[in-house]
Amino acid sequence: MIEARGIVKRFGAFTALDGVSVDVPTGSLTALLGPSGSGKSTLLRVIAGLEQPDAGEVFLDGEDVTRRPPQARGVGFVFQHYAAFKHMTVWDNIAFGLTIRRRPRTQIKQRVSELLDLVQLSGLAKRYPAQLSGGQRQRMGLARALAVDPKVLLLDEPFGALDARVRKELRLWLRRLHDETHTTTVIVTHDQEEAMDVADRVVVMNAGRIEQTAPPRELYDNPANEFVMSFVGPVNRLGDTFIRPHDVELLLEPNGSTQEAMVQRLVHLGFEVRVELVRDDGETMSAQLTREQVEALELQHGQIVYVRPTRQTVFTD
Amino acid sequence: MAASADGLSAAPGARRSLAPGLSIGLSTLYLSVIVLLPLAALSWKAHGWGAVSTPQATAALRLTLGLSLAVALVNAVAGTVIAWTLVRDRFVGQGFVNALVDLPFALPTIVAGLTLLALYGPKSPVGINAAFTRWGLLLALLFVTLPFVVRTVQPVLFELDREMEDAAASLGAGRFTTFQRIILPSILPAILSGVALAFARAIGEFGAVVLISGNLPFKTEVVSVYVFGRLESGDSGGAAAASVIILLISFGVLLAIGALRRWVTRHDR
Amino acid sequence: MIAKYALRFAALGYLAMLLVAPVGFVFWRTFEHGVGPAWDAVTTPDALHALKVTLILTAIAVPANTIFGVLCALAIVRHRYPGAGVVNAVVDLPLALSPVVVGLALLLLYGRGGWLGGHAIVFALPGMVLATIFVSLPFVVREVVPVLREIGTEQEQAAATLGASAFQTFRRVTWPAIRYATAYGVVLTTARALGEFGAVSVVSGRLVGQTESLTLYVQDRYQAFDTTGAYAAAVLLALLAVATLLLMTRLKPKEGIQ
Repeated sequence: MIEARGIVKRFGAFTALDGVSVDVPTGSLTALLGPSGSGKSTLLRVIAGLEQPDAGEVFLDGEDVTRRPPQARGVGFVFQHYAAFKHMTVWDNIAFGLTIRRRPRTQIKQRVSELLDLVQLSGLAKRYPAQLSGGQRQRMGLARALAVDPKVLLLDEPFGALDARVRKELRLWLRRLHDETHTTTVIVTHDQEEAMDVADRVVVMNAGRIEQTAPPRELYDNPANEFVMSFVGPVNRLGDTFIRPHDVELLLEPNGSTQEAMVQRLVHLGFEVRVELVRDDGETMSAQLTREQVEALELQHGQIVYVRPTRQTVFTD
Repeated sequence: MAASADGLSAAPGARRSLAPGLSIGLSTLYLSVIVLLPLAALSWKAHGWGAVSTPQATAALRLTLGLSLAVALVNAVAGTVIAWTLVRDRFVGQGFVNALVDLPFALPTIVAGLTLLALYGPKSPVGINAAFTRWGLLLALLFVTLPFVVRTVQPVLFELDREMEDAAASLGAGRFTTFQRIILPSILPAILSGVALAFARAIGEFGAVVLISGNLPFKTEVVSVYVFGRLESGDSGGAAAASVIILLISFGVLLAIGALRRWVTRHDR
Repeated sequence: MIAKYALRFAALGYLAMLLVAPVGFVFWRTFEHGVGPAWDAVTTPDALHALKVTLILTAIAVPANTIFGVLCALAIVRHRYPGAGVVNAVVDLPLALSPVVVGLALLLLYGRGGWLGGHAIVFALPGMVLATIFVSLPFVVREVVPVLREIGTEQEQAAATLGASAFQTFRRVTWPAIRYATAYGVVLTTARALGEFGAVSVVSGRLVGQTESLTLYVQDRYQAFDTTGAYAAAVLLALLAVATLLLMTRLKPKEGIQ
């Protein structure tokens, strides 16, 4: 269980965290989601002890660790750019935490072999990080962090430096790992798809503050404000009203509350089709339909249709 | 010049093909006349090898090698500490200190020797008299070799990936362990480079040592002074022979340090 | 955190005792009784002649090595020819050689009985010039080569496709890029030329008032027990060195402190 209370962190004139409080339940996989500069990495580093907050406290399992150095917190940290020990082999990298704790050689050997199997790097134990791919280095980074059985696993945009396919693979793999080990995990990401895919709970951050904390579904269906709604998925903004593209209904005949619009572009994305529209008042919007729906309506470029939201959201401040 | 990747020689026109020829030709000629020719004369005229194995010569040789090694080692430590202070620490006057490190490069060696003699010699105001001793030699050599290790280590320390240290901390390593296992191995190649430069410089130093050491044979006479002495006695052949020997030895040591450095960085390939 | 202060203390203490104290002490001793005695010591005929000799040596060696340096750097980096690696190594030789050995080599080459001997080169100014050029040779090359490597050939290729001749390309594209590195190299060359002692000592015969550079003059005065004269000349050289140091600091290419 991680608790952060009223964390304030400034870098010169820039306030990275403005009185942030967050709870991470034991055994959960929580994502800190937000754009660059939102403070999510800073918060993670404060929890790890790699940064000292200007105000506020951090508790791990009920203990106040705010003044404790990272060595004494029992956290495992995985870095975006791997932070591999370049002059050590993969084996020595993973064994590092155990080596400096002077564990017996047999114990180290067993644990490192175990971990190499877990992260599927068994044949590469004698290689140096420079000889590995990005994905392999990150798996090594994870194994290294897990070697000392941390109470808490913290990952700072761990897949950010990898290409899209590897990112998706590792994401899935991380989720499976968590389902097996149930280590309390916090992952920082700016990729909303990643957060929604992998986490039990998502903490949305913006400009040093927390906007909303909820499970992915809740976040999507009941966003707390405009920022969260826009960040977590595509959205049409019409004045003060927000409509999800898949909540836009297209009709061929006007019907009371509908509005007239013209089909500007049809983008076929496999199973779904994004229909880009221009309304009669000049505003653009997009609707998301299935292929069947588009075929049923016989939609074409330039066609006039009638638009009605099946669901819309207005935020009252 | 056929398959050169630069535009100058690949382009047509007699004027263009003159440029590479000019710069290569002129610089090679200059180098040959200024550097290679004199060195060839030196090796050719080196004779009187008997002079090189006299007790005085071997004493000078042993002293020089021993001192240079000691100086290299002291610099390995002192240079790293100074580089650390310039990169990782922060204090008023740091820029001044950084510039100060280059002083031995800018100051004439005879002046360096003179200042050390003034403060740590017979008329020393602090009561330290290192003149005519090996300590005086050591001081002079430390003075002139000071910048080498500092300047090779500084940029490497500056570029060091701090995240590796964060990672080590998160894995439980204290500051000393992190230094020992993470930082030191990373800067070791740079330290070795600096040590090689310091060693090469120390072996041949003349101006800084000539006043403070008193040049006492068997006690404080280094090889460069020994060679000078042979010359003054008219034995230029013997002087040349001694020079060639010391050149070969320093060449050997530098090769060894280079090999060591390559071994230390084997993980980068 | 004690470690931090201990390290700082050790580093600064080492520098203070080894560099600052000795140099500062000589400055103090020189100006102890005012500028007058020091000025008198440094304006004697012999001293002035020595200064003149040093300046002449520098005035010849620096431009020669600068032009050579740029040409050689261009040759090594841009025109990759078979001997380039050897040339690179030879350029570095003067840094590894003892100045006495350099002087000896020149003596053996140009002295009586040498291959090019018998033409009043050694024990005269020409020999000293050659020695000074030898020892201060590498600096411009070594500073310009990495810059040339780093900027690459693309800009020069672009200039060539636009019709620029080799000289125009050099003047308008290459030179602006290597200007500062060259300047820094020139400063290092000057410092080395001003401060040369060993090679010049061997080659010159140290004839007072004739073939003495300012550095040789310092030794001469000290050995004549004229510490005032020696210190004054040393301070003059040190002031030139400090001026060089300031220029070095200004022009230095890389970062390296907080």
